[in-house]
Amino acid sequence: MFHIYCPYCGELREEEEFHPRGQAHLARPADPEACTDEEWGDYLFFRDNPRGIHHELWVHSVGCRKFFNITRHTVSYEILETYKMGELPSFTAEHSRGNSTEAASRQAQVAQQAGVHV
Amino acid sequence: MQRYSGFGLVKHALSHHENWQRQWRNPAPKKQYDVIIVGGGGHGLATAYYLAKEFGVKNVAVIEKGWLGGGNTARNTTIVRSNYLWDESAALYEHSMKLWEGLSQDLNYNVMFSQRGVLNLGHTLQDMRDIQRRVNANRLNGIDGEVLDARGVQALVPIMDCSKNARYPVLGASWQPRAGVARHDAVAWGFARAADAQGVDILQQTEVTGFKIRDGQIYGVHTNRGDIEAKTVGCVTAGNSGVLAGMAGIKLPLESHPLQALVSEPLKPVLDTVVMSNHVHGYISQSDKGDLVIGAGIDGYNGYGQRGSYPTVEHTLQAIVEMFPIFSRVRMNRQWGGIVDTCPDACPILSKTRVKGLYFNCGWGTGGFKATPGSGHVFAASLAKGEMHSIAAPFSIDRFHSGALVDEHGAAGVAH
Repeated sequence: MFHIYCPYCGELREEEEFHPRGQAHLARPADPEACTDEEWGDYLFFRDNPRGIHHELWVHSVGCRKFFNITRHTVSYEILETYKMGELPSFTAEHSRGNSTEAASRQAQVAQQAGVHV
Repeated sequence: MQRYSGFGLVKHALSHHENWQRQWRNPAPKKQYDVIIVGGGGHGLATAYYLAKEFGVKNVAVIEKGWLGGGNTARNTTIVRSNYLWDESAALYEHSMKLWEGLSQDLNYNVMFSQRGVLNLGHTLQDMRDIQRRVNANRLNGIDGEVLDARGVQALVPIMDCSKNARYPVLGASWQPRAGVARHDAVAWGFARAADAQGVDILQQTEVTGFKIRDGQIYGVHTNRGDIEAKTVGCVTAGNSGVLAGMAGIKLPLESHPLQALVSEPLKPVLDTVVMSNHVHGYISQSDKGDLVIGAGIDGYNGYGQRGSYPTVEHTLQAIVEMFPIFSRVRMNRQWGGIVDTCPDACPILSKTRVKGLYFNCGWGTGGFKATPGSGHVFAASLAKGEMHSIAAPFSIDRFHSGALVDEHGAAGVAH
């Protein structure tokens, strides 16, 4: 049973209040009509499936009903962080021990990228 | 290979069963093979067996990082059926069903295939419409099937609560009498023994760590026991297919999820068929040993840890007790998880890749066990001829870009 920290409620809650919604940070093609079959198929069906650190979208479905992101290890299942929509993870495959300074510097990009995120 | 028979059993009894031959060799890897199969589960071993037996390719290695059938082959709920909706998948699973029906004789190994029938329950009017559509489609494809009403279901399974008072009353079911269960371990062992007898090298505790690719053509694999060369490599690695494809620079439309099952303490015979319900979401049968074998849904998140979550256990057992109040005090004995590679359209991938000579057989998701012989047979045919077998062709990876999906979600009574 996961205990998941909802970044909006600001509390640890039980797994059953949440639903996983797949890979996080999927960018919808800006102009779908202009996509090739290859690009559109990739966007619809092809997901990261790493054995290791994974960024995923969850929804607090019987709580605040807001979407947020989790960085989780897919073998140990350890939840490394939860963060709000539009924010960037501090744990990545390249920085598996977390890198908050880089995350802070990347916060500047958030405003630009927030519109692109799901 | 020493053939198994009733006479052999008596003969070996005279020497206290101490002189049985080993079922397969444990050879050292050769430098080169004609075909390498990565993954020593049911599908991989079946592929190797049919390659050697039917397609004359005897110089074959099966490379397995753990032990034979230690993955999903040993972790499923052993249900075999072929009542799929669409023509493409019906052809694939029915091909498999026909091989199941002669498999014990073919392998000279008792896989304990028991055609005790499978019920797919309907709990809503829409369930019943879908069931009628699927059964009609099945019959047009030459697959046996009947639509039963609640009374018909009750007659087959007297212990099920088919009353109108149930929270989700049973309105009817589809019934495939030729479906059933088989002994999962015996399937892996039977294929391994028969493949070994045909000269296939089964290399256990040998992990593929990379592919040798030159000019878009595969010519071997790196393993922890040295490099092994082959111009044709078939990957049949279920939940780890995405990781393996990544080593060849290929992305697959797969997500790996934990799928779990559980068995109860052994009971006297009480349930002589297989009952599946998509709506309340559980499936159950009783093994020959007497334990109830209960299947669950996948955990919604990606995972490679071979264990399932407790909320899923709880939901599954709620569904079982909903259907079978008589089981409310049965104690569960063991619970385990396997890693299933789910595809967006709930159908497998049997495909070439853009690396010449590298093939994938994966994406079976929650329902691969039933397809073991058929999957192995058509994949072997494809590897031997370099062209995908006609039954396998619709399951190419290209469908995720062409849009020609074979969407079996829900339609097949696939429990997700």
